[in-house]
Amino acid sequence: MKITAPASAGTMESGDILIEIEPCEQREVEVVLKSSVANEFGKQIVSTIRSAVEEFGLESAVINAVDKGALDCTIRARVFAACQRATGTSEFDWGKRV
Amino acid sequence: MTKLRRSMLFVPGNNPGMMSDAHIYGSDALMFDLEDSVTLREKDAARLLVYHALRTIHYGDCERVVRVNPLNTPYGKADIEAMVAAGAEVIRLPKTETAQDIFDTEAEIERAERKFGIPVGQTRMMAAIEGALGVVNAYAIATASPRLIAIALGAEDYCANLKTTRSLDGSELFYARGAIIVAARAAGIDAIDTVFSDVNNEDQLIRETQAIKQLGFDGKSVINPRQIKPVHRVFTPKQQEIVKANRILAASREAAERGSGVVALDGKMIDRPVVLRAERTLEMAYASRAVFEEDET
Repeated sequence: MKITAPASAGTMESGDILIEIEPCEQREVEVVLKSSVANEFGKQIVSTIRSAVEEFGLESAVINAVDKGALDCTIRARVFAACQRATGTSEFDWGKRV
Repeated sequence: MTKLRRSMLFVPGNNPGMMSDAHIYGSDALMFDLEDSVTLREKDAARLLVYHALRTIHYGDCERVVRVNPLNTPYGKADIEAMVAAGAEVIRLPKTETAQDIFDTEAEIERAERKFGIPVGQTRMMAAIEGALGVVNAYAIATASPRLIAIALGAEDYCANLKTTRSLDGSELFYARGAIIVAARAAGIDAIDTVFSDVNNEDQLIRETQAIKQLGFDGKSVINPRQIKPVHRVFTPKQQEIVKANRILAASREAAERGSGVVALDGKMIDRPVVLRAERTLEMAYASRAVFEEDET
C-alpha cells in the first residue's frame, strides 16, 4: 500500500493526538513525536504509532505526531484514519483484535 | 431487575477526551454519536474512534448505545458494520419514519452479526422519532422488531419539521410525547425523552423531567454530565413513596392470605392497578439503589 497524498487526522484538543502522514523517501516508518509526557510515555506512544502504521500495511511513511494525552485506543484510531486518508482507502478490517 | 434508562448521555463521536471518561458521571446509558455532532469530513475518523473506544475502554454498567447515520447516507452501512463488530449493545437509528426503516437497519445489523460471529439478535435497537411521519407511525415503528428496546423523541428536528420552535412549556411536543409513550407502552418497550438544551437552567430541566415522568417516560437524554443527577433525582422514588409502596404490598399480601381480593389502606381501596404501581415503585427503588441513598432523595 502506498501514500498517494499527505493527510492528517485528530486534533490538538486534550485527550487527542494529531497525526500527520506523508511519503518517506527511504523504505522506513519515521515517527517524530511532540508530547508533554514524552519523557514518561514517549517510547510507548511511538511504538503504538509504529505498530498501527505497519498493521495498516504501510512500510514507508513519515509521521509527525502532536500528542495531547491520548489513550492508546485513540492513537491507533487516529493513525488508521490518517493512513486511510493518505492512501485513499476506506476499507477496514472491523472485527479484528484491537 | 428493571433496566434503568433514566439518563442517556450524548457523547460526540469525534471527541476522544469526552469518550475516555464518559462513564464516570453515572448516567444509565451512553450514546456515542456518529451523526449530527460529527461533520461530514470527520465521519471516517469518528467511526474509527468510537470503534476503538468500545473495543478498549470498560464502560462499567453504562449501556453502550451508538447513534449511526441513516442508511440513505454514504455512512450508514459502514457505521452499522463497525459498531456491531465493536460490540455496541444498542444501535440507535436516527430520523425513523416508518417500520421499513427498522426492517432495513435490522437487516444490516443481522448481516454484520453473521459476518463477525456474533449471535443473531444480540445487538438491540433504539429508534429516534424526529418528524411528523415518525410520530404518526410510532406504533408500527415500536413493534417492527423484537430487537427494539426503546423509542425516543428527537425534538429539535421534530419542531423544525412541524414549522415551530421549542418553548419552555413544551406545548409543541405534547402530541408527539403522548403518541410515543402510548406506542412504547403498547409495544412493551421503553420511551426516552428528548434533550433539554440549556445546561445552565437546572430548575427548568427538573420541571421538564417531572412533566415527562408524569406522562410515563422512562428517562431523558442529557447533553451534559451536570444534567444527570437532577434527572435521576426526579426518577428515583422518594422515601415516603417507598414506604407507602411497601405498605400497599403488605396489605395486598395479607388480603390474599385471607382469600379477599379487595383491601383498604388508610381508607382507600387497594386494587390491582394500585398494586402494580407499588411494585413498579419498588423495582425502580431497588434498581436505582434508592433504599441505600436516602440522603440524596
